Amino acid sequence: MADKKELAVAALRNGTVIDHIPSNMLFKAVKLLDLENVASQLTIGNNLNSKRLGAKGIIKVADIFFTDSVINRLALIAPTAVINVIRDYEVVEKHPVILPDVITGLVKCDNPKCITNNEPMKTRFTVVDRSAGILRCDYCSHSVTTDRATIL
Amino acid sequence: MNSNSLVTIADLTKEQILHILKQAQFFEEHPNHRILEGKVVATLFFEPSTRTRLSFETAANRLGARVIGFSDAGTTSSSKGETLKDTIKMVSNYVDVIIMRHYLEGAARYATEVTDIPIINAGDGSNQHPSQTILDLYSIYKTQGTLENLTITMVGDLKYGRTVHSLLMAMRHFNPTFRFVACDELRMPREYIEFCRDNNISYTEHTDFSADVINSSDIIYMTRVQRERFTDILEYEKVKDLYNLCNSMLDDSRDNLRILHPLPRVNEISYDVDDNPKAYYFTQAKNGLYARQALICNALGIDILKHHTTNG
Repeated sequence: MADKKELAVAALRNGTVIDHIPSNMLFKAVKLLDLENVASQLTIGNNLNSKRLGAKGIIKVADIFFTDSVINRLALIAPTAVINVIRDYEVVEKHPVILPDVITGLVKCDNPKCITNNEPMKTRFTVVDRSAGILRCDYCSHSVTTDRATIL
Repeated sequence: MNSNSLVTIADLTKEQILHILKQAQFFEEHPNHRILEGKVVATLFFEPSTRTRLSFETAANRLGARVIGFSDAGTTSSSKGETLKDTIKMVSNYVDVIIMRHYLEGAARYATEVTDIPIINAGDGSNQHPSQTILDLYSIYKTQGTLENLTITMVGDLKYGRTVHSLLMAMRHFNPTFRFVACDELRMPREYIEFCRDNNISYTEHTDFSADVINSSDIIYMTRVQRERFTDILEYEKVKDLYNLCNSMLDDSRDNLRILHPLPRVNEISYDVDDNPKAYYFTQAKNGLYARQALICNALGIDILKHHTTNG
């Protein structure tokens, strides 16, 4: 019986499992992927044991497959996240998230005198240092690190 | 997006910089060259800057172009809440090139993204001011006969002074040696020090504006130490006169030394320097005219040197 109970939430026939999200970023990740408005089955787990992270979060969403450009936004807040694509109960793809070279419309520039904070327009950042997670505003050149970036 | 736009000096290659300087030289020899007859130039100054605006407008006029524009955003519909995008799109319908100054950083970059008309950035907040850099380079080139292998000393406010930052970046092509003279509060920011390291540019940092530094320089680039930059007013009082230049300090300087300053100066260069032939700041401002004539032509895709040869 215990097995069956667990399966009721765990088994995905088709969809996406996002694993290894740092616990403190789980709800940010949900928001970033706009999962608050999906109609399909959605399972969110948090503070689960993780050897790597100590505590981790996990998101399972049925029948939704994200494009790379959407899913890679996660790299900003959850660089450890791993994406599992499930088809017919099988994991057909498994890969880490990759920080894109350019991040559009996602991060707020923390320079109040930046044009992006004063015009109805999208922000745009270029990743200038991948290992240190440094982003530079394409407009005013101010830098921000991914862990300190304000997500719009 | 028009690829002839100029937003930052970093957009230009070494060859492009040298080509613009050659064109500036041409305009110095032929200042009234009405090559832009029939063209209309807009000068959109969302923030007042009389010096820069007059220089650009004179440049356009001497090239035979007509000029429209405004010198203060308070008199335009941006004071009614019109977006920059709408203003740029509207003006783009009328003119061949837009020269703009704005109080927000990144405004010029954004403007290039909403129009196909070339944009020349005449300053965006404390971000970029490439026409100043071109005139600085032209002044150095003219007085030294080259841009290569020079020792350039930058003095004063190296933290907030965008002119020194842009000049530093532009000089990376020319194997310079820099001396940075400033108090701790206003020293060259880490990112530019790293820029020097990354580009193998030799530099030394000094808090003393010493005879050694002065006497080993080819160019001294003075800037104004502004009171409002200091959090501690006592600190300002302590350092405000440390970086002032007076004539006697130049006694043993090199013959080819020239003193540059983006102006306006207050008291960082005393008036007795003005009559020294090594004082170059007023001519430097005049060079701005030729540099801006070259930049306007460049933005319109006109190569004056080719044009001149073709037309005999």
